[in-house]
Amino acid sequence: MQNTNFSNQFNGASRRSLEKQASDDIQEKIIEAILFCCALISVLTTFGIVFIIFRVTFDFFQEVSFAQFFLDTKWTPLFAEKHFGIWPLINGTLMTTAIAMLVAIPLGLCSAIYLAEYASPKVARILRPAVELLGGVPTVVYGYFALLFVTPVLRLFLPLEIFNALSAGLMMGIMISPTVGSISLDAIQSVPRSLREGAYAIGVTKLETIIKVVLPAALSGIAASIILGISRAVGETMTVLIAAGQEPRISLNPFQSVETMTAYMAQISGGDSPRGSVNYNTLYAVGAVLFLITLGLNVVSHWISNRFREKYD
Amino acid sequence: MSSSISRNKSQEPQGEFSANVEQRESTGKIFEIIFLLGLSIGLVVLAVLVFDVFKDGLGRLLSPGFLTETPSRFPDRGGIRPAIFGSMLLGGLVMLISVPIGVGAALYLEEYAPKAWWTDIIEINVSNLAGVPSIVYGLLGLGVFNYLLNFGPALLSGALTLSLLSLPVIIVTAREAIRAVPDSLRQASYGLGTTKWQTVWSHVLPYAIPGILTGVIISISRAIGDAASLIVVGAVSFLTFNPGLFQRFMALPIQIYTYITRPEPGFANAAAASIIVLLLLILVLNGTAIYLRQRFSTFK
Repeated sequence: MQNTNFSNQFNGASRRSLEKQASDDIQEKIIEAILFCCALISVLTTFGIVFIIFRVTFDFFQEVSFAQFFLDTKWTPLFAEKHFGIWPLINGTLMTTAIAMLVAIPLGLCSAIYLAEYASPKVARILRPAVELLGGVPTVVYGYFALLFVTPVLRLFLPLEIFNALSAGLMMGIMISPTVGSISLDAIQSVPRSLREGAYAIGVTKLETIIKVVLPAALSGIAASIILGISRAVGETMTVLIAAGQEPRISLNPFQSVETMTAYMAQISGGDSPRGSVNYNTLYAVGAVLFLITLGLNVVSHWISNRFREKYD
Repeated sequence: MSSSISRNKSQEPQGEFSANVEQRESTGKIFEIIFLLGLSIGLVVLAVLVFDVFKDGLGRLLSPGFLTETPSRFPDRGGIRPAIFGSMLLGGLVMLISVPIGVGAALYLEEYAPKAWWTDIIEINVSNLAGVPSIVYGLLGLGVFNYLLNFGPALLSGALTLSLLSLPVIIVTAREAIRAVPDSLRQASYGLGTTKWQTVWSHVLPYAIPGILTGVIISISRAIGDAASLIVVGAVSFLTFNPGLFQRFMALPIQIYTYITRPEPGFANAAAASIIVLLLLILVLNGTAIYLRQRFSTFK
């Protein structure tokens, strides 16, 4: 079809060929419109999330006041004596996230530095996907491992409860380290060679070059990767649901059981609270807080990596 | 004056430099080992994890009927067939739904989209969606598919939810693959008098397929391993039949979660056995991806 079209055009534009072109144009327009609709779905998804979460959250706040939600220190929506203080859930989330990041940041940075600066290209080609495999393991598997391997081993020398924030946090850290690592690796690799050579030229060792030249130059990318890692830890569900338990409490003791926002959400949706009840609506209220926190973190991460991106040529 | 400054400057570092170069180099060596250790910890944990799972689960996996029977109340009886079927159906549907939409969106953003404020919004949207937690997608699925469209807690609701979950990753990676197609290829095609879509379909897409496949596989394996959103949408933990499109459903991660939370001792082994199946499924997917990628990249 395109051939006849092509030759007709050059044999003088007859009416038929013009018609053909026009139909081609309509076809092109339709295709473009279809592709546009595909892209639009992402926007609709966001609208859907925002609309659905905040509509029910609005219902929730008709019955429970902001003060009850943000000032109370107890979270017992399923008990006879109801309290709706979100802080115990935020406490649990923060603690598991903090433990996870204490693992993920050093591990992620170590692998990024090793892969970028020390490993030969051949070795890096094998090691990088191997490390990224960690992020591809389903999180329910990490939950299994945390509860049935890590906790029993740690209990040999630590006074851990069976469900505890520590094991869950440790496994989450391992799981998130490739996220921190691969974005940091990109940042480190985009530091130009000339900066390193300049450092070597004044007689600095490799380690000093990395610490005093390469890492500061890649700092914005590294910071963005860490914030993205925090966001993933805050939103992670299965590992904390399985290994950290379901006891909302305000405490800084990682040996105890805690409940995170995500674990509570999974717990309430697995239960049988009727739709429209206050219990059920807590699912959306907690979801709204979770959504806003992770959205904020993602935006900050993007902002840092765009705003502070060092421009080298 | 100026000479005294330069002398001072050159004296100070000289003293530091010559004195401990060896020590500094050996510190460097020590840190190289530390970096390598940091990298290996994750891999060691992964190895221990796989070993532990196989040790606990292999016996149960090989016991008769584990792959072919429906679940049982007793830890050493029954199997995970409905969960396997559920996961494969979910994976297939997610692929059917999210790949065309994701690649279409990527094509639009890379090849068609004008530079305007609203295309920027779509772009920002996609990258933000990639960071939304899976359980929040569960809320979306529950609200839109279960209640608004009235599918109820059926397999279709789960598949659609997982599709939305995997879309952003597909879009982002497909865009990168499409962006990497050299412009000369497009110009050569236009030079023959083709329309835009003909160029995209017969030149840009085939060239970008290896990269697109990578993204597809990453996101499908993530969708197959995801449990959080399915819990919210309403996956069940016990089925005596293979799930259909409009029926209640199970999936392997949900089955694993259920087995883990059972207090009786034998269920841990059943969980481990199911984990082996899930990991193998993901491994097969990734293997297929690597194979297809190599096949399609030969003409580059």
